[in-house]
Amino acid sequence: MNVQAWTFALVGVTFALYIGVAIWSRARSTKDFYVAGTGVSPLANGMATAADWMSAASFLSMAGLISFQGYDGSVYLMGWTGGYVLLALLLAPYLRKYGAFTVPDFVGDRYYSQFARFVAVICALFVSFTYVAGQMRGVGIVFGRFLEVDVTVGVVIGMGIVFFYAVLGGMKGITYTQVTQYCVLIFAYLVPAIFLSMLITGNVVPQFGFLGSDLSSGVSLLERLDGLHTELGFAAYTAGTKSTIDVFFITVALMVGTAGLPHVIIRFYTVPRVRDARISAGWALLFIAVLYTTAPAVAAFARTNLLTTVSDRPYADVPEWFTTWEDVGLITFDDANGDGAIQYVGPRAVDAAGQPVANELRIDNDIMVLANPEIAGLPDWVVGLVAAGGLAAALSTAAGLLLVVSSAVSHDLLKRGFAPGISEKGELVAARVSAGVAVVVAGWLGVDPPAFVAEVVAFAFGLAASSFFPVILLGIFSRRMNREGAVAGMITGITFTASYIVYFSFINPAADTPEHWWWGISPEGIGGVGMLLNFAVALGVSRVTPPPPEPIQIMLDKIRVPRGAGEAHEISF
Amino acid sequence: MTDAAEAYWKANVRLVLLLLGVWFAVSYGAGILLVDVLDRFTLPGTDVPLGFWFAQQGSIYVFVVLIFVYVARMNRMDRAHGVDEGP
Repeated sequence: MNVQAWTFALVGVTFALYIGVAIWSRARSTKDFYVAGTGVSPLANGMATAADWMSAASFLSMAGLISFQGYDGSVYLMGWTGGYVLLALLLAPYLRKYGAFTVPDFVGDRYYSQFARFVAVICALFVSFTYVAGQMRGVGIVFGRFLEVDVTVGVVIGMGIVFFYAVLGGMKGITYTQVTQYCVLIFAYLVPAIFLSMLITGNVVPQFGFLGSDLSSGVSLLERLDGLHTELGFAAYTAGTKSTIDVFFITVALMVGTAGLPHVIIRFYTVPRVRDARISAGWALLFIAVLYTTAPAVAAFARTNLLTTVSDRPYADVPEWFTTWEDVGLITFDDANGDGAIQYVGPRAVDAAGQPVANELRIDNDIMVLANPEIAGLPDWVVGLVAAGGLAAALSTAAGLLLVVSSAVSHDLLKRGFAPGISEKGELVAARVSAGVAVVVAGWLGVDPPAFVAEVVAFAFGLAASSFFPVILLGIFSRRMNREGAVAGMITGITFTASYIVYFSFINPAADTPEHWWWGISPEGIGGVGMLLNFAVALGVSRVTPPPPEPIQIMLDKIRVPRGAGEAHEISF
Repeated sequence: MTDAAEAYWKANVRLVLLLLGVWFAVSYGAGILLVDVLDRFTLPGTDVPLGFWFAQQGSIYVFVVLIFVYVARMNRMDRAHGVDEGP
């Protein structure tokens, strides 16, 4: 069997599995649809949260980003895991105790304001759609490269599968499919990582291989990599090039953004008790950490492999994977000096005579994980497995996001907004219709992705960090925080963050350089500043406006103690 | 809010602040602000720069441990203050 046959077989088997699980666990009520009937065990919820959270970006792009950025790539590792500590300690237990269905539900009730609810709905929709677009790009890449079908056909197949289990199964169907998808994706990530670790370092555990020594040279892997980097004119792998303040604020924005993402928060509503919400955050991070501690090892292996494989190799003699990726346009080679060999070098490269050498090779971040098994010459079935894993990661996240979109429309906009008299049956129909519409929009974004997808995903984190996180946190920990403070804080945080990103990414991209950034903070990290502004404005405004009414104090007394957590329900004031 | 509830909440906030102190120290401290200082040392038994290790591996391990410590301490505290959810 060749790569393509293996990929077809493995993708087919996993898709059939997801459909089977979805039929077995489909939703029968709105409670099943929104919060899986609050009957999910903490371990299963942790696994589902891990799959929900680990997207095509984590599975396909992250190791590639770290591979190209070295130390600077640490922002993704710390940022996308550290947020779970915030979530577990500051948000999840209290939101579970409150027992709402959605994030805007909590915001609207705690701040006794339809306007606050509406602002939260808009943020939730924006964050979720931008994120879905990124997942669909991942689906498109995998299908386009490995199954050699048209990207449109690939996305339509992906949409069909997600439509089937998200629309039919709701949160209940999604939860158990995500548990299955976690198993698929983690297996698919670890198998090639273990192979590579054994090939390069002789150690079976990638996390230890990463710290160990390189078999071919005998020096430590990272030292060898630093040496190769310096020789080729790149910054040392373990040093990086970003300024400390920028690394700091990007990490803040990613961490706080993670804790504020509605599709992650909503998962903690699905467990029976407060203490289940706490422990499932622990399980979730443990399952995530399995991939996240492997990723830097994969990045270092991939970098070593890539540099030793392509450097100064005659173009006529490149391996097959090189040509295949070139055909899809994700690797480009331009023989600047006309010597017929590949010079893959950094900005500081010089030749023997001290003259600068031009870089001739460009490689897309997103292909490193997919190309890795081929670069290392691993068996064909491993390549197929990685493709199936990438699809599991993209589809599980897309489904979680689509559920947020559908609940934002049917629950927050209709039931709690414009059509309070809607029956449970009507609400369930509305939820399914809006999930269906969302799938189609997401598919359209995947077939015809706007060129700015990457920027927009960074935007999603900045927006979640500067809007949701402060209002939810203050809503739990401050008795004095009121409607006026929360609304002013959210609007200030979002407006500041959005304006900064829009200016540098869309209006004046030429100025997107460190010397033009405020305080040297890039648009990727500005959500951290937006969050601080949100806190400052919210605290300031709440001190000079009337305190929240009595029922809110009673609500706070209740959410601050675990005893008495019932099922998710609706509270009205 | 009763005195008992107040005492429970204060103990809760103290624990959270303590754990977040550790959270900040291993990531923003060791992995970012002090990375250049720590990179002069290596992780014992390896040749890996210590600051780099905290940024790419160590901080993640500590995060996982922090949540499990929080869960264990909170469950004990809930029972001690009589606000747990029962078996």
